[in-house]
Amino acid sequence: MAETTFSAGLLPDDNAEHVARAAEQASVRTRWALSLPSLLIIGIFGIVPLLVIVVYSFLGAAAYGGVEWRFSTDAYVGFLFQKDIFDDTLHFAPDYLQIYLRSFLFALGTTAICLLLGFPTAYFMATRPPAQRNYWVLLITIPFWSNLLVRTLAVMLIIRDEGLLNDGLIWAGAIQKPVIMLYTNFSIVLGLFYSYLPFMILPLYASLEKMDFRLVEAGFDLYATRGKVLRRIIMPLALPGIVAGCMLVFIPALGAYVTPLILGGGTHLMIGDLIGQQFGSGRNWPFGCAQALILMAFVLVTLTLYVRLSGGKVQQHG
Amino acid sequence: MHGQAPSIAPRVAAAGEAAISIERVSKSFGGGEDIVRAVDDVSLAIRKNEFFTLLGPSGCGKTTLLRLIAGFEHPTRGRLLLDGQDISALPPFKRPVNTVFQNYALFPHMTVAQNIGFGLEMLGKPRAEISATVDRMLKLVRMEELKNRRTSQISGGQQQRVALARALAPQPKVLLLDEPLSALDFKLRKDMQIELKRLQHETGITFVFVTHDQEEALTMSDRIAVMNKGKVLQIGSPRDIYDRPAERFVANFIGDTNFLDAELESFASGIGTVRLPSGARMNASLPVDAAVSNGKVSVVVRPEHARLTRDLASAALKGKLDTVVYFGTDTHYHLKLASGEPFMVRQQNTRDGAAAFAAGEDVGITLSDNAVQVLRD
Amino acid sequence: MADATTEVPLVRTGAFDLKWQPGFGVATMVCLVLLYAPMIVLFVFSFNGSDSITRWGGLPNWHWYTEAFADQEFRSAAMNTIKITVVATIISTLVATAAAIGTTRGRRFAGQGAIYTVVNLPLMVPEIITAIATLSFFSLLAQYAGINFGIGNLMLAHTVFCIPFAYMPIRARLEGMDERLEQAAADLYATPWQAFKRVTLPLLVPGISAGTALAFIVSFDDFTITQLVAGPGQTTLPLYIWAKTRRPLTPELNAMCTILLAISILFVVGSFLIANRRRSKTE
Repeated sequence: MAETTFSAGLLPDDNAEHVARAAEQASVRTRWALSLPSLLIIGIFGIVPLLVIVVYSFLGAAAYGGVEWRFSTDAYVGFLFQKDIFDDTLHFAPDYLQIYLRSFLFALGTTAICLLLGFPTAYFMATRPPAQRNYWVLLITIPFWSNLLVRTLAVMLIIRDEGLLNDGLIWAGAIQKPVIMLYTNFSIVLGLFYSYLPFMILPLYASLEKMDFRLVEAGFDLYATRGKVLRRIIMPLALPGIVAGCMLVFIPALGAYVTPLILGGGTHLMIGDLIGQQFGSGRNWPFGCAQALILMAFVLVTLTLYVRLSGGKVQQHG
Repeated sequence: MHGQAPSIAPRVAAAGEAAISIERVSKSFGGGEDIVRAVDDVSLAIRKNEFFTLLGPSGCGKTTLLRLIAGFEHPTRGRLLLDGQDISALPPFKRPVNTVFQNYALFPHMTVAQNIGFGLEMLGKPRAEISATVDRMLKLVRMEELKNRRTSQISGGQQQRVALARALAPQPKVLLLDEPLSALDFKLRKDMQIELKRLQHETGITFVFVTHDQEEALTMSDRIAVMNKGKVLQIGSPRDIYDRPAERFVANFIGDTNFLDAELESFASGIGTVRLPSGARMNASLPVDAAVSNGKVSVVVRPEHARLTRDLASAALKGKLDTVVYFGTDTHYHLKLASGEPFMVRQQNTRDGAAAFAAGEDVGITLSDNAVQVLRD
Repeated sequence: MADATTEVPLVRTGAFDLKWQPGFGVATMVCLVLLYAPMIVLFVFSFNGSDSITRWGGLPNWHWYTEAFADQEFRSAAMNTIKITVVATIISTLVATAAAIGTTRGRRFAGQGAIYTVVNLPLMVPEIITAIATLSFFSLLAQYAGINFGIGNLMLAHTVFCIPFAYMPIRARLEGMDERLEQAAADLYATPWQAFKRVTLPLLVPGISAGTALAFIVSFDDFTITQLVAGPGQTTLPLYIWAKTRRPLTPELNAMCTILLAISILFVVGSFLIANRRRSKTE
């Protein structure tokens, strides 16, 4: 802090500066104090645990869960390699990598399907009369805030072998014996789509709803067809919403835990289950922690890309 | 413990007695390279019972100055005196000064009466007194019948009156008004201008009014301070500011103006002789509070202080008429002078229209006495 | 383009509908059916007269609800859920309100961005990571410091992820609130505390109620974090329902699921109605 000295004649100035600075400091102190309880709770019980798993990922695994306090990179090595039990040599083992690849494909596919169906829905909602829109938003918000586990169980009840869908199809004579849908790739992607669709619709709606439809009018005025208006005017203007929606679907879908647990039946693992299993039946805490950190790294990369992407967009429009 | 709101000041106070003295006040935001000097070494004294206006374009520092008086900001330098007492360090709730905010800032969860009574309630006044004052204020702003309405249920003009009543109710020493009329439509604004003058007259409270609307400032104020870039450029009566602008910015900001380069040849006791580009010699007023010297100066001529003539021999300036714009009450003639500079003349229209000039004509310009004002810069 | 004029779409009937796009209405209906069908199926079969979970039989009745409420384990899970949710909701709403006021009022200050990031951090970390991190943390505490808060572990874990959900609507409300209202109060001789009590707080009520509702819902519904962190005897409703699916399925499961859904929906619709009423009142 730079102290400035004043001659006696300028004493009032010194006082003014002092008062102004003291007032500003007092205000900043108060605001830190107001934020402190939240910061402490999240800091101790949210951030410190993340540091704990960083440490854990470099420790040895104890036999029945937990860790042994010795430095080890086994957790990371084990991700790509398998140790031969006889001669201790490392062999490349792509099993876990496959789980990552599957998770990525599932998350990407889910994002694409959500966008494909979510965009028309959000657009349809945004073009309803203003008085109706709130109720449309409520219709999408209800599943958004409803219990994910329960909703996923409901899907399971419908698509399982003796579920409502197979029963109905057999009753209608369309099929003779049940089509196996549960515990397949299909059931997982369906479940992810169903879980995260509102995450796509709501941000899309937010950006479409504030769109200036005089621009669409101008498009038609300049001889654009409906398709061209959609592609050349509406979609570019909704791009921030599209990017936000895709992020909000992709990130949780990548780390999904409940959906593959219930609809994958332990056979079609995703990263989320792989991590969860290490703390349940698999019992390799350091390995689970390492996987969690790798997943976190992917999430951070995606988030950074998003910030870059949306930052670029803002500049373009500004 | 916060200050008692003062009682209403006597209608007529000794002339020159300062309600507010601003002594070398500066306020800057940020620091280092990005430092913004919102108010830059401003000194002025606002007299008791005065309708004082801070006029300037947006970002000139007028609102910051008002917020410094209200106490929402603290000066980085200098001090503020209210009735001779230093209030620089007092928080807003200890200053006997009330504000009418730009968008009124009425409390949406309270009724009209609750809004008006809020200040008195915070001062801990007894219930009966609050209720009596609220009634008196409602009467003052002619809103008696809307007493129990919510502020969201009344029109913009009515909200304006409630905001005024709320700020006047605690009987402040000074009422601060931050562009209070800017949200109103033209007709309502005209009515409120008259209303504000009436209220100031009836209450005898010092009004400090912030606006960017030069016409509003000219019609309402006792005195105006014109501000730009954090500095006060000129303080004076509306007439002084309009007829005798001291600087190019002031002349340009208020009304339409013609600027000419001229040569000051001699001067004595506020009057000088200048030679215009055409060679004509004219008497000119000198700036009030600045020293001048012979040589190149800028002068201004208001468009309505000039007349067109076809008698080129007697004209002070000559030029070619470019465009003629008809405005109903008057006509604007845009010329190009022989020296190449643009010049505008405003002439009142008469019913016969015989004197009208046509574009393309070569015309002369005659200037009335005292039409030429020498600028400081 | 010479033939551009021929491409101008023709008006079919009445006025030209600027906003219409082919098939968008159909897509919307598909989305709504997909979103709501599973929930409706759950609801309908919770009244099933037979004991099959998706094959209808007999007359609709309340049997499975009576069964559910008679279930001792279900009731104790409900008790746990209420304890955890109420504590997490109250604490998170209180601290989030304070933080929202601290980060929206006055001029920006160094560290404000950092506070914002920290408060929202729980939203950015995938749930499964939060779950195993919290589990590791509490096991470390128990093992090496001998600290175990019992059900308090779950309360704390829930409070952490409830804070950003409570924070968001309160902050949004504060940002939409004209700061001049508080200045007007100060100008009218209200001390900071009086200004907060008489102006800020009453105007903040819709934001705080929305924040409370969201915190309640996310805590009430949480499965992933609770499943990993919960110790013995700390079964919550979602955990109990999950355990139920490992046993023979009966419509009792539907009844329990419907109860959970109904509570979430009640809160969503409730906060929607509050927000709507406030809006129509102030506009």
